[in-house]
Amino acid sequence: MRFPSVENNPELQTSAQASKLRDDPKFAATKMAIFQYTAVAIFLFLVTGFWELQIKNPEIYNERAERNRIKELPIVAPRGKILDRDGRVIVDNHSTWSLILSRENLKTEHLHEIADGLHLDYDDLLRKVRRYSKRPKYEPIIIKEELTPADMAFVASHQDPETFPEMETIESQRRLYPENGVLANVIGYTGEISESELDLPEYAKYNQGQIIGKTGIEKQYNDTLLGVDGERQSVVDNRGREREVLGVKPAIPGKNLKVSIDLDLQVVAELALQGHKGAVVALNPQNGEVLAMASQPTFDPNKFAVRIKGSDWKELTSDPGNPLLNRAIQAQWAPGSTFKPIVGLAGLESGSIDEDTVFHCAGGASFYGHFYKCLEVHGAVTLHRGIVASCDAYFYGVGNKTGIDNIAFYAHQVGYGAKSGIDLPSEATGIVPSPEWQMRNYRQKWYLGQTISVSIGQGQTTVTPLQMARAIGGIAIGGVWHTPHLLLSATGKEKPHEWALNPDNVKRIVSGMYGVVNEGGTGVRAKIPNIDVCGKTGTAQVASAEYEATHKGVKDNSWFVAYAPCYKPEIVVSVLWENSGVQGAIAAPTVRDVMKAYFDKKEREAEAEADRSKKNPASALVSALVPGSVPSDKATR
Amino acid sequence: MFQNAGVKDFDWTMFFVTLIICGLGVLQIFSATHDTVWQGSWWKQLLFIAAGIFLMWLAANIDYHAMMRQVYPLYIVSVVLLVTVLVIGKRTFGSTRWIALPAGIHLQVSEFAKIAIILLVARLLTELDTEVLTLRDLLKLGGIILLPMALIAKEPDLGTALTYIPILAIGVFLAGMPWKYWMSIGIAIAIIVPVGYASLHAYQRARIVSFLDPERDPQGTGYQLIQSKIAVGAGGTWGKGVTKGSQTQLRFLPVPHTDFIFSAFAEEHGFIGVMVTMLLYFVLLMQIVQNAQTAPDRAGMYICMGVGALLLFHILVNVGMVVGRMPVTGIPLPLMSYGGSSIWSTFLMLGLVNSVRVRRFVN
Repeated sequence: MRFPSVENNPELQTSAQASKLRDDPKFAATKMAIFQYTAVAIFLFLVTGFWELQIKNPEIYNERAERNRIKELPIVAPRGKILDRDGRVIVDNHSTWSLILSRENLKTEHLHEIADGLHLDYDDLLRKVRRYSKRPKYEPIIIKEELTPADMAFVASHQDPETFPEMETIESQRRLYPENGVLANVIGYTGEISESELDLPEYAKYNQGQIIGKTGIEKQYNDTLLGVDGERQSVVDNRGREREVLGVKPAIPGKNLKVSIDLDLQVVAELALQGHKGAVVALNPQNGEVLAMASQPTFDPNKFAVRIKGSDWKELTSDPGNPLLNRAIQAQWAPGSTFKPIVGLAGLESGSIDEDTVFHCAGGASFYGHFYKCLEVHGAVTLHRGIVASCDAYFYGVGNKTGIDNIAFYAHQVGYGAKSGIDLPSEATGIVPSPEWQMRNYRQKWYLGQTISVSIGQGQTTVTPLQMARAIGGIAIGGVWHTPHLLLSATGKEKPHEWALNPDNVKRIVSGMYGVVNEGGTGVRAKIPNIDVCGKTGTAQVASAEYEATHKGVKDNSWFVAYAPCYKPEIVVSVLWENSGVQGAIAAPTVRDVMKAYFDKKEREAEAEADRSKKNPASALVSALVPGSVPSDKATR
Repeated sequence: MFQNAGVKDFDWTMFFVTLIICGLGVLQIFSATHDTVWQGSWWKQLLFIAAGIFLMWLAANIDYHAMMRQVYPLYIVSVVLLVTVLVIGKRTFGSTRWIALPAGIHLQVSEFAKIAIILLVARLLTELDTEVLTLRDLLKLGGIILLPMALIAKEPDLGTALTYIPILAIGVFLAGMPWKYWMSIGIAIAIIVPVGYASLHAYQRARIVSFLDPERDPQGTGYQLIQSKIAVGAGGTWGKGVTKGSQTQLRFLPVPHTDFIFSAFAEEHGFIGVMVTMLLYFVLLMQIVQNAQTAPDRAGMYICMGVGALLLFHILVNVGMVVGRMPVTGIPLPLMSYGGSSIWSTFLMLGLVNSVRVRRFVN
């Protein structure tokens, strides 16, 4: 086959000589070889690139491909519920949506708009993101919980890869606390583990971002209440859309916690305390169960249920009423006259007085060249009347005769000056002053005049409302002081503190406290028909009388502690009203209300039990013969 | 002008290598798009290839001298079309590169203008009076090439514009140029590069920065490079298998059927697949160079070498980008990447090479 010759194209051959030159295709042979070598070099350059990625370190890239592909989303385990002794729910959960930021595709410049869209504080958010910077990238940051429908709409419309692909929602459980701060100081609240906590060894088991109990029961029993978070592993595409679920590790919910609190009593206590500053504690002296514990002013833990806003936190911490304080275990005040039964007991037990020992009250009494006042002129006073009328002069005499060492010894026996051991964090110890204590803390000698002040529960003596209830309850049952506790299943687990008291001496003190309520004593307003209530009022100076008179807001604290029934105590209640400026008697009705609630409920339950027995005589018979064999509310307690 | 070329003289080696590469491309397009909105792409690509083979046959049968005679009209038409693109072109991904034709076909004019440039460079170099290039020749060549380049860069499509440089470079290199010109060009580049960098679009600058340090902004400009490297590396020696590459299938890899097709291919076929394909490309290139060596005249030689240099540049930039050794430029891998314009222009160029080949026994 012939092909047309180039010579036929005159246009390309301007001259014969040029044509000769131009038509020599071999003229650039070397240069073409150079091109070939260049091609070889370029191909080697490219192939080594593949060698580097595919042969030398494929694992690195394989892992990164897996990380791209597989997404792990936490399934937040619900915390255990907190139930009262009858199984009624105190703290519940409800499910909500939380927003997390996936840090693998997080862009800091998005944060401003995200913060705006979700009504978050930009600086807070930025700080949070920075805090996470040292953590592995795949750990997401929860930035908002309890998403509102508006938040959800914002997320849904901005989640796409072009806008804010870092936003993801997960379902989680939120804590739901009682309204109006009921039990708030006892239950406490949860919150995200803080930086400082993370540094502590006891928090080492928790992870950043985890929600843990911060105070109260939530903190004390955090490990019980805390569940184990699950995880959902799935294959996602570049838009984060789930293509395939690889596996789901379900969350293990936290265990429910039954506390000894009786909501019926608790509500009465809270209501009685409303508008005051103070605390109410109700214990079963026979086993240490805390039946009610209230503290006012209080706070709304629901504000903490998510992450508390900076402004709310500031408001709480700067409130002069100190609502975060659980006054039942943390308020330490002079016990005032409520200390007198213990001084009397010390006198009797140490043998320095007997029930007929008389001290004279001339509106006070003189000791060591100083006149100590009493409220009234009581004349010749013995133990019973001394307690009933709360005669200071009588107890000055008892204290003086008994001596500070004996008083301190018995004060320690009833549990003052030491933590009661209740299962709540941050309990206060109070103070039992003694020469030894004074020397240790102040490097000062004890002055005998101090003993006189301590005899009526003043001086440096301080106790907490919980200690007071425990002390009086323990005396009432003859010298057994159970460790107060909130965990219902802990009942009977801990050995109580025992100090064998002379039953006669106990009877003498009890009879005095009976008189306080039933014989026209200072606590007459605590009287309940058909129930023998024993108690003791106390009005404790916060500062000197002169100081209190001239300073507004510094007023006497009112105390009232009582138990019932007198000779077979089931419940002991202590009440503190801070700065009430009135006699301790004013707190007596609160005690009465709580006790009445207790006995009314007991009666109701007995009636219900009787009704049931009538309907089912066989089981009534069994229950009569074998106590506790019939499932009833009582039996489950 | 039109003659049926000899079947025997046709470069069958080149043809079959081309078809195998195209076949691998179709397979990869299928794998990368099978459950996406582009899932019909693989058979469209087959149609493009079929049409491309026809265009190649056509070009092989036209005497390249005849085409060179028509090169000025061709050049003018190309420039006019490039201007048209800028005026009425179809805008996609932030740049205007396509002219919409009826039947839903979008032509990327810059791909076809390459052919005119190859022919024009060949003709101008053939018409030289002197043994070496004069400054006048050089300026003339430069000016002629710079006009379409500027138009393409304006689209903006810097990557494609840059592909015109190797056509000129190989021509000038083969024609011979005094060393002082080379030096002057070197100095000129040293001055122009910083100035040029300053005048680049922000996205173009970001691409260069991210190429140098992709981990700096893994979600932004470095994303494509990182994801491509991950895909390639994850492929390992044997690859993950067709439709099994997670980077490709879950779309972490951007445009896995066009610009990043070789990355997807490397993930699913591994180092072995890469080696085979690279070998095929190398054979293709060497066939083209061989055709240049046996060309009947300088014009044919220039045409073949222009095509060879252009393909080599495409491979270097595209595959280099896939392994993270070149910046992201958005130019396709010839014969594998999905797209009619790229396929057709490549087949046309290979047709030109064949046109030279079948006319090698002139005298």
